[in-house]
Amino acid sequence: MISAFFIFNQKGEVLISRLYRTDLKRSIADVFRIQVVSNSDVRSPIITLGSTSFFHVRINNLYIVAVTKCNANAALVFEFCYRFISIAKSYFGKVDEEAVKNNFVLIYELVDEICDFGYPQNSEADTLKSYITTESVMSTNIAPEESSRITVQATGATSWRRGDVKYKKNEAFVDVVENVNLSMSAKGTTLRADVDGHIQMRAYLSGTPECKFGLNDKLVIDKNERGTADAVELDDCRFHQCVRLNEFDSTRTISFIPPDGEFELMRYRATSNVKLPLKVIPSVTEIGTTQVQYVVTIKTNFSNKLSATNVILKIPTPLNTTSVDCKVASGKAKYVPAENVVIWKIPRIQGGQEVTFSAHAALTSTTTRQVWARPPIDVDFQVLMFTASGLIVRFLKVFEKSNYQSIKWVRYLTKASGSYQIRF
Amino acid sequence: MSGQGAQDAKFFQRGKIQEFRAELQAAESKDKKFTKRKTVLKKIVANITMGNDMSPLFGDVIQCLGIPSLEIKKMVYLFLVCYGRSKADQIRAVMPNFLQDCEDRNPLIRALAIRTMSYIPAPIVVEELEDPLRHALKDRDPYVRKTAAICVAKLYNADPRKCERNGFVELLRDLLLDTNATVVANAVAALTEIGDRQDGVIFKLNLTVANKLLAAVGESSEWGQIYILDSLLRYVPEKHEDAELMAERVIVQLQHANSAVVLTTIKVLLYLMNYMENRRLMDYICKKMGPPLVTLLSSGPEVQYVALRNILLIIQRRPQVLKNDVKVFFCKYNDPIYVKLAKLEIMYRLAREENAREVLAELQEYASEVDVDFVRKAVRSIGRLAIKVQPAADDCIKALLELIETKVTYVVQEAVIVIKDVFRRYPGRYEGIIPTLCANLDALDEPESKAAMIWIVGQFADRIENADELMDDLTYTFLEEPTEVQLALLSASVKLFIYKSHSDTTKALVHKVLKWATEEVDNPDLRDRGFMYWRLLALSPAAASEVVLAEKPAITTDADRMDRGALDQLLLHTGTLGSIYHKNPETFIRGATASACRARSTRALSTPHPPYCLPGKTARRSPADAGAALAPSASQASTASTSPATQDLLGGEDDGEGEAETEDHDHEDLARAQAVAPASDPYAALDNAFGGHIADAPQHNGDANDDLLF
Repeated sequence: MISAFFIFNQKGEVLISRLYRTDLKRSIADVFRIQVVSNSDVRSPIITLGSTSFFHVRINNLYIVAVTKCNANAALVFEFCYRFISIAKSYFGKVDEEAVKNNFVLIYELVDEICDFGYPQNSEADTLKSYITTESVMSTNIAPEESSRITVQATGATSWRRGDVKYKKNEAFVDVVENVNLSMSAKGTTLRADVDGHIQMRAYLSGTPECKFGLNDKLVIDKNERGTADAVELDDCRFHQCVRLNEFDSTRTISFIPPDGEFELMRYRATSNVKLPLKVIPSVTEIGTTQVQYVVTIKTNFSNKLSATNVILKIPTPLNTTSVDCKVASGKAKYVPAENVVIWKIPRIQGGQEVTFSAHAALTSTTTRQVWARPPIDVDFQVLMFTASGLIVRFLKVFEKSNYQSIKWVRYLTKASGSYQIRF
Repeated sequence: MSGQGAQDAKFFQRGKIQEFRAELQAAESKDKKFTKRKTVLKKIVANITMGNDMSPLFGDVIQCLGIPSLEIKKMVYLFLVCYGRSKADQIRAVMPNFLQDCEDRNPLIRALAIRTMSYIPAPIVVEELEDPLRHALKDRDPYVRKTAAICVAKLYNADPRKCERNGFVELLRDLLLDTNATVVANAVAALTEIGDRQDGVIFKLNLTVANKLLAAVGESSEWGQIYILDSLLRYVPEKHEDAELMAERVIVQLQHANSAVVLTTIKVLLYLMNYMENRRLMDYICKKMGPPLVTLLSSGPEVQYVALRNILLIIQRRPQVLKNDVKVFFCKYNDPIYVKLAKLEIMYRLAREENAREVLAELQEYASEVDVDFVRKAVRSIGRLAIKVQPAADDCIKALLELIETKVTYVVQEAVIVIKDVFRRYPGRYEGIIPTLCANLDALDEPESKAAMIWIVGQFADRIENADELMDDLTYTFLEEPTEVQLALLSASVKLFIYKSHSDTTKALVHKVLKWATEEVDNPDLRDRGFMYWRLLALSPAAASEVVLAEKPAITTDADRMDRGALDQLLLHTGTLGSIYHKNPETFIRGATASACRARSTRALSTPHPPYCLPGKTARRSPADAGAALAPSASQASTASTSPATQDLLGGEDDGEGEAETEDHDHEDLARAQAVAPASDPYAALDNAFGGHIADAPQHNGDANDDLLF
């Protein structure tokens, strides 16, 4: 299991160092600094030297590092690093060098609590906050009875929820967020189009509410069994630990007692009948060795009541581009030499609309003519109240012994960032 | 956010021991709410973090333990964990404080005390910990019990015999039946840790306990689920039904959000499948495993990498998993390089006639990317695809020729290397492209590509008009070439001579090369081969021709398939480092885990439970086969034959498609198991099995370096 946990800044300085086992010394940090931080070509998130393995995850110029001396469960170690990051986010709002340095004592308390002898322990931010707090006054004076309640919760079957939650107004917000992955070939055929969706819930509900959740889904195990037409076929779904997996397996109902506040209820994947919100038609011609001509058209593929917002296209240019002359009817386009792209930003495209970009790139002539690799055009966007998979929340029922009324809100969002790629 | 108030960054400044001591002493008076001492302690903790030795302050810091502030207590404890071991004489002074905390009314304080004590493996602390730990293991509060469970593992690490004498291991076993799932999970984790030690107490599960643990899975935290699921590999099913029933209970965990839970579940399922006979259930499990594996690809890149390396193993053992999913492994332009390389390998594995066109188009795309290593692997994969999927060979060759046209040196070199194998796979089909290759001779400056090109020139010297001129040029630098190239040159010039024995130039050439090889070079391999050729040519040129130009065994892609026994062994480590490097842990992790793991895995798979050892009609495929494959009995091994015919069975049989459960099938499996047996080390071949992913190989350093890590 995990022998040590470190946080490094970009310079390789140690910001947090916690040894869980005696099989390592603090100086092991130097090895990581030499092997990873000061190495410009790191080609794996895991480095094994002798029997010592370093696992690292990068976030905002920090390295979150776990060190092991055994045949560790790599998935567990990375999940632990991810979890640390999400706890830190929930505590400090952001995870960067400043936040870590400003809260280092608290972080030491946290890493002592969420991992014992290298074995990750209860790491639900909500529960942790009830006994590891930033206000020192509070943690000093916890009454023993109060502590017992906390300990029972931290080890209990619903370790993610406190029992005494109270709200004046009981509300639950459900966000269905879909990330579209697209890879379109230069010939215009879809190489790959799928949806990574997740359902984010913010539950502000009193007591211990029992929730039931329904979608218009159909989990496909065998691609050969085709079902009812309106049901959305999900290839797979994964649930937050509050969801009773046995019940889902036998009856397909998603039932759970939610954590208080925000959490990710489920993650799913859909590959069939993906509705692509934007169709991008590029035409890029190299004229001789000194010019490239671009015409890129975007067509929307949703009802005209909806709109795509924050549309950003990154259109690659050859490395030896000197200047690009862009013409756009909507939005703004700018050549960014540092990234070798033209960035075209369009604040809003209404459904049914069509927008076009045309440009002319001038190239310097080079002696060594290397072929231009033509990286794909990358499109980022958001479309509210639209799901590319067609998934719809059918119902969300809340049962609680005090029988209160609760208000539920559902929102849909389809977006792409860095995963919607069109080759040309 | 409540946390933004803290402004402790200013404490990250190097300080002197003397200053801190003075500050601590000064703070003792007029320190309302202890803020002054809190500040000094924070500075000290920051200095520990920065690597400054703060141990001289031991005496001063422990003075602060009397202060009724939890925050101060935790900082002092942190200090003790860092320096307690080296200050064994002074640690005695804090024992009363610890013991008092162990009796505290507040369960969090009780747990904190034993947790901290157990982190300090000094004999005096271990001594004092015994009583409180015994109480803590039976504490009424589950939080204290779950902490105590891990403490036993720590104590065992510090002093195994004392831990056993005190009966802590038995107490830990009792915790397996605790009412609280978190306690159960931690007890499992502790017992696993102890069981993995060479000198540890063996940790095995019977059906009753395994079922009890399984019942606790639903109520455990995600981490607890992993510890429990992991321990199920210590249970050896005695009946098919037991394994099947357990798999059905475990399978729901595939839907869990935590990737480690998913991968551990898959490990358990793959393990249990070795004991099953219900084919329909096994097919169902395989079908259920695919989608969660694909979903792991939408996690963070690090987890994706872990998943991909495991998928590569799983699809070799259970090809029906992910059979139709090659598209999800297409690389995104912005995937990290390690993800791309891992995907590339899987794409090649999943390539079949039906999807060859798509895969080829992708590979061509990758061949124009920036990363040299990735581009090379992409080019190589095109050639391997040609060898693997016959109908796609024409298109692949066309693609390779286009790539050679780019004149990018590393692309050309890679292409030449694979084309050599393509020639061997399809004799007489593609030799027409040899002139194109010859035209790019100058681009080759790496030994492997150069040797490949020389092989081509030698092998097809009869079809290359100016072969003698080419060879003459190539041998010009003979003495400076690396051995690999020298060997190739030697063989090629002999071949050339045999083809064109009437030509004077070739005669002179071969004579020159033989003379160099036998007289001027120190390498024994080269010298011996030189002498052998020389004598052969001297004695009988006809015989030489038969030897040198003998028909070569056909090239297949079976060579890069991993041996089944090795695969089964590796799959017992699904999700761990071993599964990422495709190496058994004992080959790269020093120390205790090695034998423990091996003992466990062989025990698990080789237990020949009487009903299944019976040969003949009742012989079931899985247990017998799994047992035989991993631990062939002496009698089997002795009858084993290494004839090529048996070897062919090895690669020829595709496990997933075997529908009918016939007697023949069983024999075939047996034969296979025997064929595996003679190789004393079944993992010996693993390294080259994957074309040597450099990034994926753990770096083996000598002892000197290893010590550096200590």
